[in-house]
This record gives sequence, structure tokens and C-alpha cells, in this order.
Amino acid sequence: MDALREQACITGIGETRYSRGTEKSQVGLALEASLNAIRDAGLRPGDIDGVIPYAAGMAVAEDFITNLGIEDLNYSAMTPMGGASAVAALQTALMATASGLCNHVLIVLGRTGFSGGRIGARVQQMPQFKTVGEFEMPSGAIAPPQLYAPMARRHMELHGTTSRQFAEIAVTMRKHAQLNDNAIMQKPMTVADHQNSRMISDPFRLFDCSLESDGGCAVVVSRAERAKDMANRPIYIMGVGEGHPHSPSVITQRSDLTRLGTAKAAPKAFAMAGIERRDIDVAEIYDCFTYIVLCQLEDLGFCEKGEGGDFVMDGRIGLGGELPINTHGGLLSQAHLAGMNHIHELTRQLRGDGGRAQVEDAEIGLVTGYGDLGDGAVAILRR
Amino acid sequence: MNAAYEKPVPEPTADSQPYWDGLAAHRLMIQSCAACGQARHYPQPMCPACHSLEVSWIEASRRGTLHSWTETHHPFHAGFKDDLPILLVTVDLAEGVRLQCPLRDGSIGALSLGRAVDIDFEDVTDGLTLPVARLAP
Ligand SMILES: [Zn+2]
Repeated sequence: MDALREQACITGIGETRYSRGTEKSQVGLALEASLNAIRDAGLRPGDIDGVIPYAAGMAVAEDFITNLGIEDLNYSAMTPMGGASAVAALQTALMATASGLCNHVLIVLGRTGFSGGRIGARVQQMPQFKTVGEFEMPSGAIAPPQLYAPMARRHMELHGTTSRQFAEIAVTMRKHAQLNDNAIMQKPMTVADHQNSRMISDPFRLFDCSLESDGGCAVVVSRAERAKDMANRPIYIMGVGEGHPHSPSVITQRSDLTRLGTAKAAPKAFAMAGIERRDIDVAEIYDCFTYIVLCQLEDLGFCEKGEGGDFVMDGRIGLGGELPINTHGGLLSQAHLAGMNHIHELTRQLRGDGGRAQVEDAEIGLVTGYGDLGDGAVAILRR
Repeated sequence: MNAAYEKPVPEPTADSQPYWDGLAAHRLMIQSCAACGQARHYPQPMCPACHSLEVSWIEASRRGTLHSWTETHHPFHAGFKDDLPILLVTVDLAEGVRLQCPLRDGSIGALSLGRAVDIDFEDVTDGLTLPVARLAP
């Protein structure tokens, strides 16, 4: 598996302005971000010979051929894993470039989660939710917060994890967002604000839930030998892996409610990268809900199962801490770009372009995606 | 079908029809592999243990224990707005599979892992019956 180690690099990143409210279409936002990423890489649109659009979006490969004027696309694919799609697409792009099939693969997402159909309301129409749709939605389990809440509740009952510990994650993400000019939530948040926010689906309060937002985000992955003399310092994909949990279509039947697909993805990514947990300088962890961050930290092996609540306390996950997490503010406070913004941010950090949120001497970082009721993807990048 | 019923309704498949027919008759039916006997839920075509496509159905005991729960306060769906808050419980059935359904008595403060519950039935429209849980006496 380590034959793929460092065979591809992230060479370009691009984002739009993130907002709650837009006149633009999903495809328009995806194209705007694409162009920014392609230019950042020092490429022309015609240089892109592979495209991986976000699997749960409206934009398809044809839109990029049509609008970017790509003469001869060699490869298109999708990685339908919900919020894990973006990081899983890094694995697909790595295979497409390392194999020699492509030189430059565009991974892109446009999202109108605020202005279009709300993220929470969309679940019923998605084929991967057909089991939940038939057997659980008729009884009132409709939206992701309700579907994920029993995982968090069981973790709390088994391990003594608390809402106060969830608050620490929300407050830390907010502090990081305040250092980012392209983060939607700039208003300070205290632990008390979190604890007083209205209950959505117990144990998730409003401030445990990610934002509904609009925007586009894209990255360009290039074959390593092509990346050496491009516009920016190449950010190498050291290792990547995806993992699917037991009972992937429905959480209710999962043998262990407190373990995500991330627990299977992480050993693969670390084995390919050939490094240890302690080598990670900064981590961008998929944060659709506060609890999902805590659970992934355990599944990634940064602490034992049940210790995630203690791990996130005492400033450990903030800037200046032992493992700074979501230095852009995450889905909780920057914007919900389904984790494409996490890849964007990790690349920024490893280039040393992190601005006010720069982690000092960040050399190696980790990014995760999580979605579709349990799928996980993990990538380890280095400068 | 009641025209005023605004909640989502299931669309049974060839695999799941006996489950829904069972509920309508106030019987909790679950699949059991005809080859190796392993129980499974929700209904699916193949036994993951032995890959047999031969299915038999058994009537479950309707006894279970709490595996987890959530209480929903936010109106995610117009059809459930008047029911809020909804207390949804994940139940370990005695047969070794789980069920998620609303808890009809008891408050969230009274719940704990392993608490015994019984499964009951509610006829919500002509032809549609859904499972509900009640705290065991
Ligand atoms: Zn069998």
C-alpha cells in the first residue's frame, strides 16, 4: 500500500466567499471555486484532465467540461460517501494520477445548503438513506441530528461524556473562526452560550450542530513528478484511507454505536503514510456535530475509546495546544462545505499561509471526512 | 389512506412487505435465515452470515431493553410538529436485533441503558401500523 505514498500532491486550492444567502447556483459556485484552485496551481482550465465532483451535489463532470472548456477529459468519478466524499476523493485522485491516467485532477464542491434545499431536509430523497426512509422516518427520525444523537447518548451513558465537553469543541471552533476572514460566524461564543442554546435533538443543542451555508470549494491534485515546479509548494498526500462501518445504511443496527468508519480508515492512512499519531501537527476533523469530532479523535487513535471527552478539554485542541483542530472554524463556525474546506485549510496550514490561525512549524497534518450515517475517510498530508 | 396524514409513509418492498403486513396484524415479524437461523433486521434479501437468499419469518417476543435514545425538540418535519418533543428509543430486542420507535410513556430523565421495554402497536392510518415502546412494568 505504501507504493502510493507521496505519489500525488495538492497543488491548487480555491474557495468562494462563504455566506448564508446567495443568488448563485451550486454549479456557478463550484465553477468559481474551481477557477480559483486552477489559477492557484498556476494551471489553465484546459490542463485539468480528471474531475471528481461532489457526489451529493448538482454539478456533474459534464458541467466542468462545458464551462471550463476541457477538450479531452481522461477521467471522471464520484465518491458517494456524504461528508466523507471530499477526503475519499483524494484517494481516488491519488490513484488516477499515480497510475499515469491523469496529470491534474479537480475535486470540487458547490453547495447551497442555506439558499437551496436545507441540508437537513434533503436526507429523505437520497438513495443511500432508503433504509432509514422506510423504517425510521415514518416514526419521526427524519434529520441527521436525530439519527446521530443516539450514538452520542450511548457514548455519554457508557463513558460519562458530557455536554460541557461538547461545548469545549464548539467554543474552540468559534475562536478559530474569529481568526478567519472567510468564516461566517464571527460572534464570540462562551460555554454558557452553548449550554443555553436550544435543544435540537437531545443531547445535541443548536451549537452542537454545523451551519447551513452557501459556497464553493475546490482542490487540484497533481501527479508528484508534475508538482515539483508548479506555482506553489506541493503538499504531498502521504497516506489516505476510507472505512465503512458495520451496518452502513442504518445506525440503529450497528454493532457498536460509538465507532465510525473512521476507525477502519485510520490504520490504512497511517500505514500508507508510515508515521505515528504524535507526528501530526494540526488536524482538520469533520465536524457536522461536536460529538462526531470527539468520536473521531478516539477512532483515529489519538486517545482510547471513551477518553475523547477528556481529550478535548484544557485547550488541547485549540491553537497553541497539543493538537490544534479545525483552525478555520470548521463546519460548526466557518461554513458547511462538506469537508472540502477542511482539505483547503490543511493545505493552507502546511504551506504556511494560515494567517492569524497559522500553527507554528506545521509540517504534517491530518484531515478527515465523515458522512452518510457512518462512512469515514482520512488523509495525511505533509509539506 | 387518511388524506390528512402528513407524516412520511413507508414504501414496502418485496423484501419488507411481510414486516409491514405483520405490524398491521399487530404482530412484530422479523426475518430469520431459512438456512442458518440467524435473525436479522431491518429486512434485507441475503443472510450476511451464510449468504442464503431463503428467508423465513418469526414473530418476535416484543420484549427488549434500551440501547440508546434521543428526544427531538426541533420541528424537522411539518407532520411531527404537533407531537414535539418526540422521545425516540433504540431497543435491543430479545431476538438479537434492534428497533427504533417512539416511547409512549416515561420521560427522558427516567431512562437508562438496559431499561426493560415492551413493543406495542399504533394504527396510524388505514393499513399502516407503527411500532411504539412502553416502559415494562
Ligand atoms: Zn444464514
